[in-house]
Parts: sequence; C-alpha cells; structure tokens
Amino acid sequence: MLDAQPKRPEKVPNRAGVGFKAQHLDGILKDPDSIGWIEIHAENYMGDGGRPIAQLRHLREQFPVSCHGVGLSIGAEVPLDRDHLARLKKLVNWLEPGLFSEHLAWSTHDSHFLNDLLPVPYTHATVDRVVAHINQVQDTVGRQMLLENPSTYIAFEESDRSEIDFLREVSERSGCGLLLDVNNVFVSATNQNYSPQAYIDAFPTERVGELHLGGHEQDADDFGATLLIDSHSRPVVDPVWALYEYTLAKAGPCPTLIEWDNDIPEWDVLAREAARADQLLSAVPAAQAS
Amino acid sequence: MAVQSQFAQALLDPAHPVPDGVVDPSGRPAGKRFNVYRNNVVVSLLDAMETAFPVIRKLIGTENFRNLAGLYVRQHPPKSPLLMFYGTDFPAFLDGFTPLAHVPYLADVARLELARRSAYHAADATPVPADALSQIAPARLMHLRFTLAPALQIVPSPYPVVALWDYNMTPDAPQPPAEAQTALITRPAFDLHMQVIPPAVAAFLGALRQGNPLDTAFDTASALDGAFDLTAGIVLLLQSELIVEIHL
Repeated sequence: MLDAQPKRPEKVPNRAGVGFKAQHLDGILKDPDSIGWIEIHAENYMGDGGRPIAQLRHLREQFPVSCHGVGLSIGAEVPLDRDHLARLKKLVNWLEPGLFSEHLAWSTHDSHFLNDLLPVPYTHATVDRVVAHINQVQDTVGRQMLLENPSTYIAFEESDRSEIDFLREVSERSGCGLLLDVNNVFVSATNQNYSPQAYIDAFPTERVGELHLGGHEQDADDFGATLLIDSHSRPVVDPVWALYEYTLAKAGPCPTLIEWDNDIPEWDVLAREAARADQLLSAVPAAQAS
Repeated sequence: MAVQSQFAQALLDPAHPVPDGVVDPSGRPAGKRFNVYRNNVVVSLLDAMETAFPVIRKLIGTENFRNLAGLYVRQHPPKSPLLMFYGTDFPAFLDGFTPLAHVPYLADVARLELARRSAYHAADATPVPADALSQIAPARLMHLRFTLAPALQIVPSPYPVVALWDYNMTPDAPQPPAEAQTALITRPAFDLHMQVIPPAVAAFLGALRQGNPLDTAFDTASALDGAFDLTAGIVLLLQSELIVEIHL
C-alpha cells in the first residue's frame, strides 16, 4: 500500500531524528524520509500563535515528534513554576508527542530564569527534590517524562553518590524514563576524569527511551586539563560516534537525536549526520537481552 | 537554599567568588570551570537580545550593542523561560541610559521591535469577509463594536520609527525623514505588515480595540483631526484584516 503512512504518527521510531530549526523546513519537506522524527524545544512553541506554531502543526501531520523542555528547572531549590507547567501541559495536549523529556538541571532562582542547564549536587536531598518535581510534572502533563543526563564542568564537594546512582534512584522512585545523551557522557567523563565506556556499562540502559548526539568544543581549565564544552555547534566527533556504537551494542536500537543549536548548518550537513546515525542504528539487532 | 542562591549570584556578577564547595574532579577550586556557566548564561542572553533587537544593534554597532546588552542582562535577567519575549524592560532601560541620550529615538525603536515580536507570536484569528459590513443596515453601522485581531500593534513616536526600521532592515530603503511617526503593525496570516498611520487613525483603532462602538471611535479620532475620514478608517480595518468579530 502506497498510502500506509498514518496521519499524525505518534510513536517515535528507532531511527535518527533532528532538533527542528525553521531554516531547515524546506529541506525536511523535500526529503521527509531522510529523518524518522523531529524534536522541538517546548519553550519555542509557547507563543499564542503565528508561523512557528503553524509550521509545527504542519510537521506534526507527517512526523512523530519528541517534546524536549529546556526551561522547567527540575533541579531547582525553588518550587516549579506553575504557569510554565500549565503552558507545557497545553502544548503536550495538542502536540501529542511520542516522547517527552527534560533535563537534570536547574535554571530558575528568585524568579529569574538563568537560561542555562545548571548542575545539581548528587545527594539524598537532591534526589528527594527532583523526584517530587518529576512526580508533579508527570501528574500535571499526564505522561511519562524522560530525564536527561547533564554535561557538567564542575563537581560539588557535597555529592555523596555517582551520577548514575543518582539517575537510577530518581528514575526508580518517580517512574520516569531516562534520556541518555551520549555526547554529554563523553563531555562529562572527560571533564570529571572517568571512563565514558564504564559510564555506559553501569548506566541503567533498560530505562532509556531516547539517545542524544551533538557536537562540543574543546578548552582547558586552570590546570591545563582538557575541558569540553557542550555547545551543540559542531558535527558529532568520531570518539562520540564510537561511544554511540558502544551504547547501541548494550542498549539495542533506540530513537536517536542529532542536536545542533548554534552555528546551525545547511540542511544537507545535518541530514548527513542523521544518515550516519541511521546507518549505525540499522546495524543493531532489534532484540537485545533484558 | 544557600547553594543555588550563591551560584545564581556568582553567575551574573563576575566579581563574585566561585560558590563554596564548587570544585574540579580533584577537589581543587573550580576556577575557570565555573566560568563556563557564567559564559553560557550571559552569551545566550546576549544572543537572545541580538535576535530581539536587530535594528538597535545596527544603529549603535555590534560591539556597543553587546556591551550595552551585557549591562541589561545582568540588571534584568529574564523572568520567564519564554525567551521570545525577553527584553520587555529594554526600552525603559534605554530611556534611562544617559550615555546614549544623544540618540533619543533608540527607546522607541526598541518598543517597535518588541511590538513586532508580540505581533509575530500573537494568537491566530480569522478575519471577517471583506463584505461583512456591507450587509449591515446603515442605521446600525455606527453602533457596531468589534473584536480586533490579537496581532494588532500601534506604536506612536515623536521620531520616524518606521522609516528608521526600514532603513536598517530593508535594502535600498530611503533615508528617514525628520518627522513623527505612528506605526501600525498587522499580521494577515503569518507575515508582519507595517505602515505609518496618522495619530487620528491610531486613536480610532485604539478606541475600537477598547470595545467602543464605531460612533465613539469616530468622535475620538475627529477630536484629534476634524478631517478624519471614517470611510478610509473602515477600509483600513477590512483591508488589514483587523476585524475578527462583529458585535451587533
């Protein structure tokens, strides 16, 4: 059947997707099979109307969509912003995304929004706070959330558990899934001086619903140690592609996003990154143990 | 609560020390590592300001703009994660910024840029057909009230704000004339349309938007300009697709 593609496809397939940018709309519509799905930043579609929302409505008819929040401030010491949560619920209700995710980070303090994904200490108190916030989000929005591992540049003296133990505990207690950003693993492992493969080995991949890939920049800290910056401004580097293959071998195929948010390239460049992820995905056996 | 308070303060104030307990993986002071967060916050907000105010950037130059916006983002960090609406305090900030007092039109140009953004993201609305008013008996016409399109924006200024915007954003646009201009911004479908309207027309539209009937709006406009042309005002309403509902 030529007409088998359902309208408003919901389930995000085990294929490559891209973070949608308006300048890529024509490229995507000319070759819709080049990607399996798109991801949007929720906050960019919280206006009342106009072209952004019209474009998203149009794309939604053809593509499964993942809704990725960047402003909820799940890790904040202050309560979640109820107005923002209501906007998120409204967006999710009409968009009916196949996946819905947010970050293990905070960005709001004293009613100010600091527009970055800021780190949290890995302690019991933070677990309690993050679990309470995720419960509130999942109850309000009415669906499971995926929580993304952060890229970090600093550590907290008060942390008393690993990032993986922290994420596992939050996921088990709140029932949320996990979004495993492979570039973030590489960035954090380099910055925090641990093995990225060992991180993947220990990660509860059975709770992962989505993978992210992106580009980073390289700098150095005060002591000359390599400091990687999660910039989403470049192609995915080869060591991250290798770590992605390593992850797929353990976790099995999983929807994979190419993130490119700064110095955004022509569509062809991004489409090639998606094709590379698709190629690796298609080489993974569908059914994995556990 | 102390940790994130300290962290937040230090992010926006380069003179503030790195918060206690923030270290590198060996337990040494985080130093430059903390600056990654400082840089991310400030640069992302400067980029948001550049996106919001392209004409202000052109008028004063990129370097000046980023220095000025750097002061602004530290004094007025966003209150909402909806960065598409960030910068609402920028016109007032410019009004109070004495080193730029010799460029007195900057604040109004910033108001115009904000109004354009509001219009761009305003709710969609379906206009009434162009002949909707011709089916109404003339005796009732003057008592009609309207719901106007949510995208409608009016920006009055003693400066030629529309021409300044055009001159900086449209290739081959003429030099701005030395005159006061009131901008009318509309959004039929998705593309913004901007034009200069006389103050009386602005008063007419403003009165209608507040829910006044056509006769009151006509009186308001006529008080400003005895020659106000009601027919032209009604044609503007219909041609700009501004009427979304007619209340009989």
